[in-house]
Amino acid sequence: MSVLIYIDHADGQIKKSALEAISYGAALAKKLNTTAEALVLGKVSEDLASLGAYGLSTVHQASDEAFDKADAGALAKAVAATASELGATVVIFAANANGIAIAPRTAVRLKAGLVSSAVALPDTDNGFTVKKVVFSGKAFAHVKINTPVKVITLTGNSYPVEKTEGTATVAALDIHPETSKITVTGVQMVEGEVPLTEADIVVSGGRGLKGPENWNLVTDLAHALHGAIACSRPVADDGWRPHHEHVGQTGIQIAPNLYIAIGISGAIQHLGGVNRSKTIVVINKDPEAPFFKAADYGIVGDAFDVVPRLTEAIKALKG
Amino acid sequence: MKILVAVSKAPDTTAKITFKDNNTVFNEDGVQWIVNPYDEWYALVRAIELKEAAPDTIIHLVSVDESGADVILRKALALGGDEAIRVNCKPTDSFSVASQLAAVAKQGGYDLILTGKETIDFNDGAVPGMLAELLEIPCIAVATKLTVQDGQATVVKEIEGGEQTEQVSFPVVISCAKGMAKQRMAGIRNVIAARSKTIKVLEPVSVDQLTEAVSFELPAAKTGVKMVEAGQEAELARLLHEEAKVI
Repeated sequence: MSVLIYIDHADGQIKKSALEAISYGAALAKKLNTTAEALVLGKVSEDLASLGAYGLSTVHQASDEAFDKADAGALAKAVAATASELGATVVIFAANANGIAIAPRTAVRLKAGLVSSAVALPDTDNGFTVKKVVFSGKAFAHVKINTPVKVITLTGNSYPVEKTEGTATVAALDIHPETSKITVTGVQMVEGEVPLTEADIVVSGGRGLKGPENWNLVTDLAHALHGAIACSRPVADDGWRPHHEHVGQTGIQIAPNLYIAIGISGAIQHLGGVNRSKTIVVINKDPEAPFFKAADYGIVGDAFDVVPRLTEAIKALKG
Repeated sequence: MKILVAVSKAPDTTAKITFKDNNTVFNEDGVQWIVNPYDEWYALVRAIELKEAAPDTIIHLVSVDESGADVILRKALALGGDEAIRVNCKPTDSFSVASQLAAVAKQGGYDLILTGKETIDFNDGAVPGMLAELLEIPCIAVATKLTVQDGQATVVKEIEGGEQTEQVSFPVVISCAKGMAKQRMAGIRNVIAARSKTIKVLEPVSVDQLTEAVSFELPAAKTGVKMVEAGQEAELARLLHEEAKVI
């Protein structure tokens, strides 16, 4: 019995969401009086022993580079085989692009119940119940897992990265991926911007900005805060901004520490996607905008005046 | 080419979400039901676009739900699709739905199985991956573009901070997100025609329920917004730094 955490990485770097998953898994292991172990499939340039500082006892690594190009089916097979071999009773993934592809397949292989998009540690007092996002952020469900082995994916920015001290044992695994059925033929990264799902701060614009030519208001503020940029659905639908920046019920759901909404009225569909943000700031010229009711701080005013002044104030504060 | 499109019934995106029976059951009173937007706007409409480009394509729609979902299947049929199937059981969790879909898919010999990236009620996004694993075929999750040629699908999918292009041979499960297709409305004649189309009802296969939602809660309400006068942006920056401690 142990908790096994799948460590997601790209270009040799461990993702922040993986560190959150490790911290979550380590806290769960403590609760269950067992050890937290991790699995790395592929090449990582970081020192894996140092991951002990996040509460891991052992990091198992299969360093065959073929894993870096393996598809979700091949990765799930390796994760499930390792989990069985180690006798893991809980397997944890980050709820990101890879997690959403690998976790369901792993759960099927392990005949395990799956909870996707968990936001808190499981309640283990009476069975095993996990709180997760439902209705696209408008509510939470407590989902009981009835199987001996459990699989969980953890929503980004919902569990803090907890680093103390410690060194993990690194154990080499001699496993190799089966042939992938999917071939990656190209990767196009959005240059120079913080990925929305990993961002601590998000600055978002709506139709109140009147047109795409005014987006420098949003990007200047986001850059001053080292934050990511986002937009409301009408903005993406009208082609002012790309679809991958659309946050809301049918876009991306996010939970940053700080969400600044500029010229967004706050329709219920938009709120569902952002209402787990820890602090919400709303800037809108309409004092009746429903978003103010869901905000922590608000300014009623013209975005074209307010936002540049806020950007300057933040630059001054950060010195 | 033979395509299976999985569709779900979902509460309208503007629905106010409440619960009853001591927060153990979703309160369906007054809720309008729609075709889950990801299933309709992206999976189904893309399937229809592919059929328009290759008219010998066959599209089957499938939903795992009780008879209340027939109206949803007819809404979907009004947009397009040659045949609709309903597996007659309550969708209890992702694994149960995936297992029912797998039973249907095994009978049908489909080249492409399209789903939405998730339903807007349970937001698991797990059915496509589970279905693919049960069928032992590949799955590409959260796709934003799909083209097909010579038994191969070329798919663009979202990854953190960008997108990735992938190629895969049929059969494959693809879960669809925004960008995949252009939203369209059903014409009135098609809506009327869909009313008299047959929905094939299948009895479910036996599946263990691996998970169950035991209770629900609403997000904590905000305690009240603190308003800052326009012109006092430096004060807002100070509050974010010293009070909220987020910058």
